[in-house]
Amino acid sequence: MTVQQDFFSLFSLPIAFSIDRRSLDEHYRALQRTVHPDRFANAGDQERRMAMQQAAQINEGYRVLKDPLARGRYLLELQGYDLNDEQKTHQDPEFLMQQMELREALEEVRSASDPMGNLQALIADFDEQNNALTESLASALGSGDMDKAYLYLQRMQFFRKLAQEAEELEADLEDY
Amino acid sequence: MALLQISEPGQSTAPHQHRLAADIDLGTTNSLVATVRSGEAVTLVDPQGHHRLPSIVRYLPDGSVHVGHQARQEATQDPLNTISSVKRFMGRGVADVKSLGDKLPYEFVNADSGMPKIRTVAGEFSPVEVSSEILKVLRDRAEQALGGDLTGVVITVPAYFDDAQRQATKDAARLAGLHVLRLLNEPTAAAVAYGLDQQSDGVIVVYDLGGGTFDVSVLRLNKGVFEVLATAGDTALGGDDMDRAIATWIMQQAGIGDDADHKQLRRLMHAACEAKEALTESEVAPLKVELMDGSHWEGELNKAQFHELVDPLISKTLSPCRRALRDAGLKADEVAEIVMVGGSTRVPRVRERVAEFFKRDPLVDIDPDKVVAIGAAIQADILAGNKPEDELLLLDVIPLSLGIETMGGLMEKIIPRNTTIPVARAQEFTTFKDGQTAMALHVCQGERELVSDCRSLAKFELRGIPPMVAGAARIRVTYQVDADGLLSVTAQEQTSGVQANIEVKPSYGLTDTEIEGMLKASMDNARDDMEARRLREQQVEADRTLEALDAALSADGEAYLSAEERSRIDMEAQALKAARDGSDAKTIKQAIQAVEKASEDFVARRMDSSIRKAMSGHKIEEFE
Repeated sequence: MTVQQDFFSLFSLPIAFSIDRRSLDEHYRALQRTVHPDRFANAGDQERRMAMQQAAQINEGYRVLKDPLARGRYLLELQGYDLNDEQKTHQDPEFLMQQMELREALEEVRSASDPMGNLQALIADFDEQNNALTESLASALGSGDMDKAYLYLQRMQFFRKLAQEAEELEADLEDY
Repeated sequence: MALLQISEPGQSTAPHQHRLAADIDLGTTNSLVATVRSGEAVTLVDPQGHHRLPSIVRYLPDGSVHVGHQARQEATQDPLNTISSVKRFMGRGVADVKSLGDKLPYEFVNADSGMPKIRTVAGEFSPVEVSSEILKVLRDRAEQALGGDLTGVVITVPAYFDDAQRQATKDAARLAGLHVLRLLNEPTAAAVAYGLDQQSDGVIVVYDLGGGTFDVSVLRLNKGVFEVLATAGDTALGGDDMDRAIATWIMQQAGIGDDADHKQLRRLMHAACEAKEALTESEVAPLKVELMDGSHWEGELNKAQFHELVDPLISKTLSPCRRALRDAGLKADEVAEIVMVGGSTRVPRVRERVAEFFKRDPLVDIDPDKVVAIGAAIQADILAGNKPEDELLLLDVIPLSLGIETMGGLMEKIIPRNTTIPVARAQEFTTFKDGQTAMALHVCQGERELVSDCRSLAKFELRGIPPMVAGAARIRVTYQVDADGLLSVTAQEQTSGVQANIEVKPSYGLTDTEIEGMLKASMDNARDDMEARRLREQQVEADRTLEALDAALSADGEAYLSAEERSRIDMEAQALKAARDGSDAKTIKQAIQAVEKASEDFVARRMDSSIRKAMSGHKIEEFE
């Protein structure tokens, strides 16, 4: 790697949870225009390899920054917060109950009288709850309360998985 | 003695010589070669004026081959030695090939490498070798039309091709003596052809139904950048399946039993295909099929019956459409345009159902058989360096998740599908037993949870792990996917730093040794041999390296190099020039490496500087 720096600086953004998405997109395209391996199709092997590594790094940065969940985790990591500390997981009894209820609701979709309508309502509800969590995460990160931010990230992680399951179910319902 | 070059009157003598580049669209049914001439992308014709080359290869007893139209005409007489739709077998195992269609006339034999071979009168050939015969014909056509050796080619592949299928395609190009500038996804190429035409920004969907494969891609266009958001498809679904459905229907109608021989089946498929094409224009297609006893059966197929036969197949294409939209996070009404690609989109019923699904009429202005080749030729021209200022950039994705087998036969995803490439990602694993010194790694591709439901790409072993208690070793496995969508895997034990002794055995691919062997076998010893070929390859690489270095030095040599560094680079470059005109491939290779080593910091500084320029040079206002 030649340019060693955090993803925010790579895209000329301030290190903060809230980002200017349009600016991120524009910088991403400008950077890829510069380093994408296609720009080095006639270069020597060494330069092509280097271009590929740079382009991969820029793709990774873009992926992390455009996703609130990945971005939140990355911000904690940047501040030296250990995301893999097992002590910190499973400390959310309040949310555990809610998780079970949400899962049950998803499982009952198939037996509903209007499965698709039921599922769409659930997906909208998941989205809403996830958006609320994203806002809470933003304010926790803003006030420097990293433990709280971590808690919200864990909950968002759960909603991410739930949304994936809902999508799979949606695909199943559509195809049959 | 070296002769001085004199350019043709009217042609530029600019420092950048026009490089000969072409695109090859290696299709299931037909293949094409295209290039940019006088600024316009055109497909090239054979001496008889045909654009399309049927992707059919016939092997003759003396070892020679007939490719294209002639092979197609001979297919009915010699079905066992005439291979068509070989693209469907690329990167596949014997079991997959069998599941494609139970009525294939060829005899498949198991080979050591896991990639099946087809038995012919001239010997056994892998699908890679069969494909390379098609590529050679198209290479010759391009070189004749352009009047010189090709610098490089772009080869288009279905976006949904997995790693093994891509690798097999690249291997076929290597066998045909082609330098691959890029494996380009077919829908992306089609988007380029339309995108440049329409000059519009927004989301476009490319619906590509070919002879044997179906692809759908969702792209966002923004000022020359084509960003693929999601892709989905089915590598075993296409127009051939429509023909097969019709042929099966004819068999029922005509009372032809399952014991029909290969010739009979060929005739049926032919009749089915003609009926399908006839129904584009008319309401009823007459049918006439010769039976085994020499008598004829006559009948007809009307539109309603035809729709009944093909509707289930068309429905099968809509489910990937839904998935691609979902993965892209978009709804059907957010799509600005639908682009139709592939011969099978000529079927009016396909267009109808697609229009119904996206609630918008699809674009069909460009010939659906040529649109991929035209877009890819534009990209080949740019990649060859003929348009240094062009802003076109294609950002593609991997179509299927890449992962690794973990305990219990489970697939652990390392790079999820629809991740933009190039990409590099690493994950750590640990040992299961005390004192474990080796680890078997199984690389897979697919979306399912069980490894047995995914495609096996390769297996390799990591040896020399220092003995430790179970769970103490930290093995970091890194997956890297390049811009062609090809994967390479490395593994390293972190606590000791032991780099893996990796032996990769491709599950359905060819090893380097096998390819070398095939190259050797295909050589005509009188005029060509392995040594000469290696030498030529290294000379081309040397020229590329020197040319790139010269350009870099004249642009930035002053700014980024001290006098000492500069003289060291110049010295190694001189040495490479001398080696390049010698006759030893190995010496040239070493000289290239020496130049790379001497210029490593220079290359890095230049890249660094251009990144910094890209970071700071654009203020937001400029983008508006």
